[in-house]
Amino acid sequence: MRAGAIAERVRTRLPDVVVARDEATVFVERDMLIDALDWLAAEPELGFGFLSSIQATDWPGQVPRFWLAYELRSTALHHRIRVKVGLPEDDPRVPSLTSRFPTANWHEREVFDFYGIVFDGHPELTRILLPDDWEGYPLRKDEELGGVDTRYHGAFIPPVDKRTSA
Amino acid sequence: MIVNLGPQHPSTHGVLRLLLELDGETVISCRPIVGYLHTGIEKNTEYRTWQQGVTFVTRADYLSPFFNELAYCLAVERLLGVEAPPRAQVLRVLFCELNRVASHLVWLATSGLELGAISMMLYGFREREVILDIFEAATGLRMNHSYIRIGGVVMDLPDDGEQRIRDFLAVMPGRISEYEALLARNPIWLERNRGIGLLSADDGLALGVTGPILRASGVTADLRKDEPYSGYETYDFDVPVRTECDSYARFAVRLEEMRESLRIVEQCLERLQEPGAVMVEDPKVAWPARLSVGPDGIGNDPEYIRHIMEESMEALIHHFKIVAQGVSVPAGEVYQAVESPRGELGMYVVSDGGHRPYRVKIRDPSFVNLQATPTMVEGGLLADAIAAIASIDPVLGGVDR
Repeated sequence: MRAGAIAERVRTRLPDVVVARDEATVFVERDMLIDALDWLAAEPELGFGFLSSIQATDWPGQVPRFWLAYELRSTALHHRIRVKVGLPEDDPRVPSLTSRFPTANWHEREVFDFYGIVFDGHPELTRILLPDDWEGYPLRKDEELGGVDTRYHGAFIPPVDKRTSA
Repeated sequence: MIVNLGPQHPSTHGVLRLLLELDGETVISCRPIVGYLHTGIEKNTEYRTWQQGVTFVTRADYLSPFFNELAYCLAVERLLGVEAPPRAQVLRVLFCELNRVASHLVWLATSGLELGAISMMLYGFREREVILDIFEAATGLRMNHSYIRIGGVVMDLPDDGEQRIRDFLAVMPGRISEYEALLARNPIWLERNRGIGLLSADDGLALGVTGPILRASGVTADLRKDEPYSGYETYDFDVPVRTECDSYARFAVRLEEMRESLRIVEQCLERLQEPGAVMVEDPKVAWPARLSVGPDGIGNDPEYIRHIMEESMEALIHHFKIVAQGVSVPAGEVYQAVESPRGELGMYVVSDGGHRPYRVKIRDPSFVNLQATPTMVEGGLLADAIAAIASIDPVLGGVDR
């Protein structure tokens, strides 16, 4: 199914669907997430039983601050959908999908590692790519890079986040 | 007994660490530990222009640089609403498929080495070297090419490029048959691979496994066929599938995939007879530098330098704007997946409308496939764990990013 047809079908159950650049995105509340994913996987015309990826983005100063995007794919029907959940700054937690999608285990650990988003019910929510004693969540936008000026051809070049360009 | 396998161990394909609980020779539990090669590629892209992102993502999975570049560029192009010209798309497919062969050769060579087939290691790297020479002639680099750019590719094939690829196509199918003759019925190879590292289709799908591993478990899933990009739907090729679910089936699938890739490369060469542009026309998107090979190597084309410095003020402005500031990409988000040698390589690219990516997330197939390690090795022998990991073909540059 094309994104438009998927959106039509999904809208019967989950009303908040948008289509952009030939991708369907459905927005759900976090307490509805598991129900929504179960329905998307069980519905024979949709068959979104394969979780490709979990991605987070950080938008400081906005409400909600964090967005999680779950990329779902049907390996039999060859189409995709994205499920997005917004999380507030003061309570960034969401139910874990590990009991339904074992593949979510490492994806969720990665999001926790870089954004500090907590996945309730995850069997071992520890850092995965960074050392265990790392402090902070580096992919948050307000995380300091900690760069220093470097000398280049006699002049000093500021670190990349302190430059005036762009 | 608890044994640390890695992170510095030649048979774990890079800095992969396995925490193994052993009872004699039997693996009771296995816990893969990753992150030793984390370089912050995703964070880095947030502080560079869109074009500079290519040079970062290409370094993630260093055995499939063209695929990283392709996924990133396709994602950015979808955000921009542009499409690469036909010739550029053929070149992208051509280099991706050569890259797939090169990547599978490294896998075959290192797997052979680990299981005692040392001659396979020598042959595998010998043929890969020929492919890398082609890459070097065309892009200037053996790895991390930054060849595929937003809006096309950086330059056309060199004059001798087609001949080099034809020479390679003339010998390579015979070589693949040689590997097959060496290994496919070799009793040691069969003993070490058949029934080893079992992963059923259901387990594979639940664990998010993609690529040759999933296809060796009987699932016909190949993004080139399922969700075609860059015109893959117009090429004639098959998707090899086996149903044994073991290391041997993965070996057989990858061997067959190399043959299919060569078929695609051949079709690409036919299509390249048609001349054409390799970069979009739009001066607000196309990287302006024209490169040419001079007596001292690749550099800016003197013709182009004369054009912007002496003839056209507007061209100079475009050049300055796009090199100093970069393209600006409309706000939005896109997830673009391509079929890399290891499976679904996805790029989730978010723009806030600025000159830099707001977020680039690489869904690397090795990262996800590695999660299947415990399922494959627990309950088996320690020696078989090595064969099982080899059959996953993880590239830690991609896992850790």
